[in-house]
Amino acid sequence: MSVTTAHNAKKMYRFDLVKRLVARLKNDEAVIGGIGHSNFDLFTAGHRPQNFYMLGSMGLAIPIALGVAIAQPRRKVFALEGDGSLLMQLGCLSTVAAQAPKNLIILVMDNGTYQITGGQPTPAAVGTDYVAVARGCGLTSAAWAADEEDFERLVQRCLETDGPHLIGLKLDAQGPAGQTERDPVQIRDRFMRGMGVKQSKLPG
Amino acid sequence: MQAWHEIVVEALKANDIRLIPYVPDNVLKPLIAAIHADPFFTAFTTAREEEAVGIVAGGVMAGMRGMVLMQTSGFATLPNVLASLPCAFHIPVLMMISERGTLGEFNLGQAAVWRTMRPALESLAMEYQVITRLDECGFQVDRTIRQALMTQQPTAMILSPLLTGGKASPVKAGG
Repeated sequence: MSVTTAHNAKKMYRFDLVKRLVARLKNDEAVIGGIGHSNFDLFTAGHRPQNFYMLGSMGLAIPIALGVAIAQPRRKVFALEGDGSLLMQLGCLSTVAAQAPKNLIILVMDNGTYQITGGQPTPAAVGTDYVAVARGCGLTSAAWAADEEDFERLVQRCLETDGPHLIGLKLDAQGPAGQTERDPVQIRDRFMRGMGVKQSKLPG
Repeated sequence: MQAWHEIVVEALKANDIRLIPYVPDNVLKPLIAAIHADPFFTAFTTAREEEAVGIVAGGVMAGMRGMVLMQTSGFATLPNVLASLPCAFHIPVLMMISERGTLGEFNLGQAAVWRTMRPALESLAMEYQVITRLDECGFQVDRTIRQALMTQQPTAMILSPLLTGGKASPVKAGG
């Protein structure tokens, strides 16, 4: 099997990738959208009750997804995390490797910049390979997606096999396709209903 | 008579608090050991306290209640994530903090960071309880957990050296 390395992975459009991911979700999979444009594009791709959109706590998409994955081991759980966010909490990759939840899939959305604050390069933009970092932390099922078709293949493999898995995605510089409605209590309430945890007579 | 950590374990089990990610502390050792010894709990270390707050937030939203264990200096790393995750989203993330930096602290770094803990909790408008007495420990832990769950709010339980004995060093003559 050929291995795609960071430098020859195609730079893709985040919103297109998020739409491709969501189209493959048929079993109420949970998706945790990290701070900023990662969750903006998840929201714009069409709200699902199993989506959670962060509005701060930069770097916690993977830990939140890990908590969901431990609580509901039969549900697949995706974390969409930006490269700048992951840099803030790299240690969480070791925690995931140690807990080894079979149902957790991490997507690293790597555009090399803090896009939401004006596109300044991250300190990792020059040469940090997040897939190599993940492997070094003990996440052996970690790969860069070569292109859109390869991404679809990798997502399908993650849905069909035990993880934890990590997919690295190189992104182009296009901005988000929309913006999340910033109402955290509503987001939490709907997510808990989507997880089957909360029943309420209030319409949701 | 039960030790403080036995009382805490009993209150956690009574309220179905199973998920315990933590960054360790010497004072918490007997509690951590008791939690690891009991298959009721899922307990593990994290690299940072922030991570543990995220894990418990995800767990409780997906139906598994949890509590983060840490010491005072760990709490000081948390205000941003507390404000923007459990406080903003109304998620009952429980925290138990071993109080370092007071009542005989030997490390000035710990003593300095201790001064930030109550002001940070108060400025976040977070409910917190300081547990000082063995005879009150069970009531405080049980009721604080129940209130957090029923009101969907994060909360902190501070384990005072008055309860745990804390961590102290003898002052050597001429030292």
